[in-house]
Amino acid sequence: MGSGNGQMLNLTLKVWRQKNGKAKGSFETHQVSGISTDMSFLEMFDVLNEKLIHEGKEPIAFDHDCREGICGMCSMYINGRPHGPKGGITTCQLHMRSFKNGDTIIVEPWRSAAFPVIKDLVVDRSAFDRIIASGGYVSVNTGNAKDANNILIPKTAADAAFDAAACIGCGACVAACKNASAMLFVSAKVSQLALLPQGQVERKERVLKMVSQMDEEGFGNCTNTGACEAECPKGISLENIARMNREFLGAELTTAKK
Amino acid sequence: MASSPKLDAKIPEGPLAEKWTKYRSTVPLVNPANKRSLEVIVVGSGLAGGSAAATLAEMGYKVKVFCFQDSARRAHSIAAQGGINAAKNYQNDGDSTYRLFYDTIKGGDYRAREANVHRLAEVSGNIIDQCVAQGVPLAREYGGLLSNRSFGGTQVQRTFYAAGQTGQQLLLGAYSALSRQVGYGSVEMFARHEMLDVVTIDGRARGIIARNLVTGELEKHFGHAVLLCTGGYGNVFYLSTNAMGSNVTAAWKAHKKGAFFGNPCFTQIHPTCIPVSGDHQSKLTLMSESLRNDGRIWVPLKKDDNRKPNEIPEEERDYYLERRYPAFGNLVPRDVASRAAKERCDAGYGVGASKMAVYLDFAANTDRYGKTEANKQGIHNPTKEQIRELGKAVVKEKYGNLFDMYQQITGENPYEVPMRIYPAVHYTMGGLWVDYNLMTTVPGLYALGEANFSDHGANRLGASALMQGLADGYFVIPYTIGVYLSTEVTRMSAEKAKSDSIDKLKTNHPEFEKALSEVKGQIEKFFSIKGTKSVESFHKRLGKIMWDKCGMARNRKGLEEAITEIRALREEFWKDVRVLGDANEFNPDLEKAGRVADFLELGELMCLDALKREESCGGHFREEHQTEEGEAKRDDDNFAYVAAWEFKNVGDWELNKEELKFENIKIAQRSYK
Repeated sequence: MGSGNGQMLNLTLKVWRQKNGKAKGSFETHQVSGISTDMSFLEMFDVLNEKLIHEGKEPIAFDHDCREGICGMCSMYINGRPHGPKGGITTCQLHMRSFKNGDTIIVEPWRSAAFPVIKDLVVDRSAFDRIIASGGYVSVNTGNAKDANNILIPKTAADAAFDAAACIGCGACVAACKNASAMLFVSAKVSQLALLPQGQVERKERVLKMVSQMDEEGFGNCTNTGACEAECPKGISLENIARMNREFLGAELTTAKK
Repeated sequence: MASSPKLDAKIPEGPLAEKWTKYRSTVPLVNPANKRSLEVIVVGSGLAGGSAAATLAEMGYKVKVFCFQDSARRAHSIAAQGGINAAKNYQNDGDSTYRLFYDTIKGGDYRAREANVHRLAEVSGNIIDQCVAQGVPLAREYGGLLSNRSFGGTQVQRTFYAAGQTGQQLLLGAYSALSRQVGYGSVEMFARHEMLDVVTIDGRARGIIARNLVTGELEKHFGHAVLLCTGGYGNVFYLSTNAMGSNVTAAWKAHKKGAFFGNPCFTQIHPTCIPVSGDHQSKLTLMSESLRNDGRIWVPLKKDDNRKPNEIPEEERDYYLERRYPAFGNLVPRDVASRAAKERCDAGYGVGASKMAVYLDFAANTDRYGKTEANKQGIHNPTKEQIRELGKAVVKEKYGNLFDMYQQITGENPYEVPMRIYPAVHYTMGGLWVDYNLMTTVPGLYALGEANFSDHGANRLGASALMQGLADGYFVIPYTIGVYLSTEVTRMSAEKAKSDSIDKLKTNHPEFEKALSEVKGQIEKFFSIKGTKSVESFHKRLGKIMWDKCGMARNRKGLEEAITEIRALREEFWKDVRVLGDANEFNPDLEKAGRVADFLELGELMCLDALKREESCGGHFREEHQTEEGEAKRDDDNFAYVAAWEFKNVGDWELNKEELKFENIKIAQRSYK
């Protein structure tokens, strides 16, 4: 069914196994057969896990939830690329028709000091939450809003803000970066709010706080390699990083040091 | 029919349009100093939970939020695509609070409470204001004003949207408000935590038992009130558009501790989803209802027509929704559209390899857009190809992400060939029974959003789930929780001198220890079975029973069989399930075992509810009760009630009825013709 013509694949998987954050991990090799090209990559993992359970072995832990490419939970590093070989999609949207019979596929967790491994392919991305909590919002309590059409926003600004807001917080940008920099993630939120009239009041304070929190979390520096943009499943643009640098510089130069 | 004395909906007196305003202005308040000593537990961080937690924290309550995902931002509200309704009348097309209220009651096939729905319509506009103020980038027109689109079951344009990612943007708005409170220290966030029981003391909710999913540790948390914002239970069907982790456990544990379950059989089967492609299928993906604005649904006029869709000429196509429902056409409500698709496929007119699909075709509207665009750009006498290309660009801007997703999953290009779609389980209108204050039958225990039963009757209209989640969280609970918490203030003051008061003991109260050891017992039980079959395999089997016998069409025989089969499956599960690994570590298989165990109890109740409701209404279609034209046939004399089920024992419930009174709407057979 679908366009896969019912083709079946036999594959070799080399998967990272790690008991917990303290244990040392290593690769484990598994064979899977009869994988339909219509399956998603995670459904292939479901098949493998069912096989492992049947054999009395512990299934492989991996993060996933919506399986529609929007929640940002899935996070596999496949053959050296976050979310696998196809651009513009998350792991859950990757389908087996992107692989060939007999392929060997290497699957690892995101690797970054700021994203410690919890188990197998699961990492802790709570650093992202702390960055947002440091200033990634407009301070408006419930009930304080005026009529929505009283804020006029040019369509171009609204569209640009939306493009930045499309970030799903998956962390592929960090995983892709040789410095494990979180600049693309942070700049997407900074940009969204800097582009909109609602974000103006806290504009300077926001970028200073978020960058400071980002540094505190142990993410690396940006050296403009652009790997983040290339691997981002939502096409978040490098322009956001440029914008954040301008925002940051402007804020630093015009804000009195405490 | 009179309502059961166990159910007091607490609907305020007075004319419908004044109930909420008056009530809101007269409910007891809690003063700021007392708020600081009151603790509220919020389970779930989606639109309902996130907005409630942020707002309650802004008001000064001490809030703890729990979610099983690794971040509050990943709750399944994020996957909502098409939009959010609000009676703003920005399009000047005759919309009003009353019309949104009326459409919702009618759309729900007259099985929702008038007062709740009217309140929902009243606050709908405030939601849009709040979200825009937060910086949510809703779609705009060139003049800078907000844009709207149409959704099913209405004849006005009242749906606000952010491309096909409206849920994501609204959730990130609520998440930012929540994160702000986390940053301030007003909310304590517990991600990767799953609630495994609610703790009641003297019949009141006093906290929860949660499992830290990373360490496996069981934790006790005290609260003066507990809010369950844990979403729906569509995953009881195994295949649904819900996220893999979506589950009924929090609501089900509450049910077993005394919270009645309302209308469990009311399930929404969404008409436009990508069809099942094989046995490996783990979940189904929705194609937004907004596509029905611009897509026309059809099947071939001839049975078993194996030609490619583009080769079938116009006159040999059956646009069956336009044919059967000329007034609403492709924009009939979801339940009607789903049944019509099933009817055509069952009759042998389905398409695709499985023959269990219909076409959703954008060609006509792509060309229409293309012609307009050619005029705009001053292209005279454009070629057919030019028109098609210009039109595709317009369609891409409106639905690009959905079209891309379709192509990823099916390997087919929907710009060139019509989409193949089929109905799939999407939403559950049923849920924990709540009164007007959103409180369950357990004092101090609330249910918000999809987790409660209250606003959508037997069928939810598109773009109304986001509206309800945010209405409950931003604009209803912040007021109504005061009714209960003000009594807590009085109680706390009276018990101040008591050395063993609940406020002093908190989680040291013996009831917490008892609940904790019960949870521990269940976990140990899973590991002790050492059976032969995976948790997943039981879930799949349960899903098949539910879909075949309690799905789009139901009948007495099938439901009776389903109950027997589910009981047997449950027994087998507790004898033969295999759960590996350890309790004291990250263990997704163990998490799933607990969720499937609860689905195995819920499934039976859904079938029982469907069996007892001897009528058809909304998404509940009993084959024995249909009109000559195959439409749902309600029985208002005998079934204009909410079925609120009281848990007695596993497999044993008592039915309580809340009578539904329609004082402002004339109850009629729903017609979209």
